[in-house]
Amino acid sequence: MSAALRPDLATIAANVAPGARVLDVGCGDGTLMTVLRDSRQVDARGLELDQHNVAECVARGLSVIQGDADSDLAYYTDGGFDYAILSQTLQTTKRPDLVLDELLRVGLKAFVSFPNFAHWKVRANLLWNGRMPVTRLLPIAWYETPNIHHVTVRDFRELVAEKGYRVESEWFLSGDRQISPAAAAWRAEHAVFLLSR
Amino acid sequence: MSGADLNIVNDTLVLPVPLPLDGGQALAGVEVAYQTCGTLNADKSNAVLLFHALTMDQHVVGTHPKTGKPGWWAKSVGPGKVIDTGRYFVICANVLGGCMGSTGPASLAPDGRPYAMRFPVITIRDMVRAQVALLDALGIGRVHAVIGGSMGGMQALSFAANWPERTRAALVIASTARHSAQNIAFHEVGRQAIMADPKWKGGDYGGKGPENGLAVARMAAHITYLSEEGMHEKFGRKLQDRSEKTFGFDADFQVESYLRHQGLSFTDRFDANSYLYITRAMDYFDLAEEHGGRLADAFAGTSVRYCLVSFDTDWLYPTSESRGIAHALNAAGAAVSFVELSAPFGHDSFLLDVPAQDRVIAGFLG
Repeated sequence: MSAALRPDLATIAANVAPGARVLDVGCGDGTLMTVLRDSRQVDARGLELDQHNVAECVARGLSVIQGDADSDLAYYTDGGFDYAILSQTLQTTKRPDLVLDELLRVGLKAFVSFPNFAHWKVRANLLWNGRMPVTRLLPIAWYETPNIHHVTVRDFRELVAEKGYRVESEWFLSGDRQISPAAAAWRAEHAVFLLSR
Repeated sequence: MSGADLNIVNDTLVLPVPLPLDGGQALAGVEVAYQTCGTLNADKSNAVLLFHALTMDQHVVGTHPKTGKPGWWAKSVGPGKVIDTGRYFVICANVLGGCMGSTGPASLAPDGRPYAMRFPVITIRDMVRAQVALLDALGIGRVHAVIGGSMGGMQALSFAANWPERTRAALVIASTARHSAQNIAFHEVGRQAIMADPKWKGGDYGGKGPENGLAVARMAAHITYLSEEGMHEKFGRKLQDRSEKTFGFDADFQVESYLRHQGLSFTDRFDANSYLYITRAMDYFDLAEEHGGRLADAFAGTSVRYCLVSFDTDWLYPTSESRGIAHALNAAGAAVSFVELSAPFGHDSFLLDVPAQDRVIAGFLG
């Protein structure tokens, strides 16, 4: 696996079954798709909002459609993919709950990764400074951030339980180190969940 | 760049058997004028079939024999260019119904007189069928890719949907899966301008014919190829070679002068009846209708890789058309890419300098 791959992407890449059909929702410049295609023989498709990113993906020989996770997943057939992947995108959608439903409609399983808004640095920032945090993972000020629905590990677990989805696996990351679920609520910078219906 | 580097060949094929048409007839003795450049490899796997747009022809590269200008995609096709003739054998044929060597309404019917309006109404699929016959004659089973912009994109879609085993990939630029009411309306204005010209004579004009009508048709169409912003930037309300309005009907404004020039120069290289037939073929195009009304069914089970490109300032075939095709391909489970690119030039962007398009084309061709 590429050493340069973002830790949550590396976790996802390592846990996708070889040869699977994958839809990467919010695939960015296609980094994960390229790794999946080249090292795990995955049939990868992507959906991405930004035209420059889509052009970059197509230039890499990837099959990527310019579109919006909030509205364009509706055009994908039920169960067309083994996995739907939503990495670092959930918190940017208008209705994360509905996007989650769509992920588990088009994919038999879904990987969802997001930055944990209850990480202790975020809490400390709010508690001591009374400021919205600007951290390594959340580098953009509140007024221009695309992250419009911040979510914590506990929030996400609750949503998943409410929807009746199953957590197949979960990984919590601090930097590129995996940490135990016990301390995840405040120590995880990234959370990665593998869900199924 | 010399023609020798490109290995340009201009030739004409006479189809050995009558060409069946969607209208029910079969057309005997069809000629297909085509250009190739680059070199076909030993296993004939490196061919790229380009489809030209409404008013273009097979002269992709080299010097156009009528206008003396470079071919319509000389910018993108050649050694080391986006479509690299060092790797690919590029083929482009003048469409059926055209006027640059392929059989069209100006061609002679078996009775020795031009077909004129006796030429059968043809479809986009008929144009493609003639080019599949060309591939057969060249001994090419499967091309590496088909590529087209605008009407060329319609042909690329029709080719890939109807002959999916004949290509590995289809690149469709600034195009649509069906002509909209607005598209048909603009074409009808053009056709009526031609037919209202007394020199049209029911199509039996011989020689140059309804130049004024054809020029007006071209003027109306040309407006649809540009963006409003692009026009404003280029012409604004600037006057042509004068400092004041003349209070007459000369071309006071630069935009008028430009359109008149576009219209007139078009009549030097294009046949009016061809314009009627080709615009009709475009209006009849509806890929979903050909496949029972559901566009996704046109692509069912396809193994062709697709890429759709639209431009944000193109109001003739706007992004929503390409996105709709992408959604249909998605529903069919096809490997599809779709991207809307930013470019200021309107529909004509696909022919102009848009670096992002170059990267997409080169990446998609692989």
